[in-house]
Amino acid sequence: MASTITSPASADDRVSSRSIGARLLSRPEIGSLVGAAVILVFFLIAAPPFRDINNTGTILYQAALIGVMAVPVSLLMIGGEFDLSAGVAVTTSGLTAGIFAYQLSLNVWVGLIVALALSLAIGAFNGWLLMRTGLPSFLVTLGTFFILQGLNIAVTRLTSGAVASNSISDMDGFSSAKAVFASEFKLGGVTIKIIVVWWIVFVAIAAWVLLRTQIGNWIFAVGGDAAAARAVGVPVKKVKIGLFMAVGFFAWFAGMQLLFVQNGVVQSGEGVGKEFLFIIAAVVGGCLLTGGYGSVVGGAVGALIFGMVQLGVVYAGWNADWFKTFLGVMLLLATIVNLVVRRQAEAR
Amino acid sequence: MTTTKSFADEASASPNTPIVMLEEIGKSYGSIHAIRGVSLSVRQGEITCVLGDNGAGKSTLIKIIAGLHDYTSGRMSVNGEERHFSSPRESLDSGIATVYQDLALAPLMSVWRNFFLGNELTKGPFRQLDSATMKRIAQEELAKMGISIPNLEQPVGKLSGGQRQCVAIARAIHFGAKVLILDEPTAALGVNQSGVVLKYVVKARDAGIGVIFITHNPHHAYLVGNHFVVLKLGRVALDTHRSEITLEQLTTEMAGGSELEALSHELRDIDAEVVVDTAVEEDRT
Repeated sequence: MASTITSPASADDRVSSRSIGARLLSRPEIGSLVGAAVILVFFLIAAPPFRDINNTGTILYQAALIGVMAVPVSLLMIGGEFDLSAGVAVTTSGLTAGIFAYQLSLNVWVGLIVALALSLAIGAFNGWLLMRTGLPSFLVTLGTFFILQGLNIAVTRLTSGAVASNSISDMDGFSSAKAVFASEFKLGGVTIKIIVVWWIVFVAIAAWVLLRTQIGNWIFAVGGDAAAARAVGVPVKKVKIGLFMAVGFFAWFAGMQLLFVQNGVVQSGEGVGKEFLFIIAAVVGGCLLTGGYGSVVGGAVGALIFGMVQLGVVYAGWNADWFKTFLGVMLLLATIVNLVVRRQAEAR
Repeated sequence: MTTTKSFADEASASPNTPIVMLEEIGKSYGSIHAIRGVSLSVRQGEITCVLGDNGAGKSTLIKIIAGLHDYTSGRMSVNGEERHFSSPRESLDSGIATVYQDLALAPLMSVWRNFFLGNELTKGPFRQLDSATMKRIAQEELAKMGISIPNLEQPVGKLSGGQRQCVAIARAIHFGAKVLILDEPTAALGVNQSGVVLKYVVKARDAGIGVIFITHNPHHAYLVGNHFVVLKLGRVALDTHRSEITLEQLTTEMAGGSELEALSHELRDIDAEVVVDTAVEEDRT
């Protein structure tokens, strides 16, 4: 920005202005962007089906499945916390909507609203318990993780007698809800799932909130130094509880996608282990595990890397057993690249 | 904010009435009395220095005024009105700004974001941050205090200790503080940087702000202070005006007076010969 202020006579001339390159390098998501580019080129060469434009929609779909949840998980991580219950909370939400609508023979949308209320309540509970006890979020959400995992299976078996919820595909409101959460359309011959569109919308909104609003400034502050934030009047508790509720909202959205993409049936054991994929996406995207630094766009790029690797391994004709190993290597590489890049940027 | 307004009115009407007044303030944590019967007043354009050793109760005192803790006995009045602050926000809204030892700056956030943290400017129907204006104001305010930070986008963690203090002080003044609490602003700084910070303390005083300057350095206190309060084990050990005390007396009082004398005798008994020997050795070479 053009400054109208003339610098004081005693200006410190030890500091030279930074080049555009240095500024670009100091963005949190730059490491993940470089990584994504490398992986893209690698699979374009190694896996011929990867070059097929029709598969782009599938890759984006894989990325979006993780990416939607990586949005709030990135925000939460920047806010200094993380949520191990995020994976099973998605299943809980899908099950709640399905079971509630089926058992009471209500319109599907009523089930959706009940599930939304429950998801927000779970988030609020996580946040409230965290702020109330002062325990690390690792422990609090680990507790919620087991509680929800148990409830998912127990309540499903109680109501349906099986490990999956009863199908709600023939109930009122199913087709309209499916259109919102799990439809697809053609764009220039490529089949695009609607969740990919939602994902991009969510990333854009969340990135704007993080970088361009007061709430965003507060998220950085509570993650960077909660005591400092509180001292200048930032409502730390509200921000953190709000972040957990954001995770709840997105868990609801992902849960609805899960419900409607599988024709109204949700497997109660689903979602375990997903929480780590969300965290990996955020960390690969440059979010600092200790909070105060990171980006939503980075989290999205992290999810994109996940999608590319998962399908790239298949397209390259390799044994898919190797996927997790590949993912682990990716995580380590990404964190090292982030570390190096950040040190480089700070040194300039 | 009605409190802020009435406060400003009264402050301008009678510049010498205390803005903040503590009477016999006490704070207990269960059976531990952190401070007992502490009285203190802050006036516009005056620097009140609070001195004391570690654990004397300085931190507890500022936490009460800053709204981080409530007091358990006595009376605190701000602008003539008895107040119990339940959050730092209330204290801020009453015109009291605190610059903490750990500075209350988020190290990974940029200078301008820190400057406006908690008081962000927004524009438009979506309440978007007005970053251009915020950067301009931050630059101007820092320039007014003679601080030059070429790149406001750099994280606060990259600034020197003195620069960080000055950013925090400039921020407090910009947001209309009538009372500025400085918690050991020179404790971790070198001689030059301490001088810079003390200059800003004086500038703040000249701007009509009432300053509470917490320190354990009597030299720094005596350079700028109008009034001195020495705390010892949670009680007021000395409460005097500048005209009634010399630097030597203040230093002695602060250092523990007779206790220090006893200590120096003790040390002399143990180490006297060693010290003398070394000096002699050095002379010879």
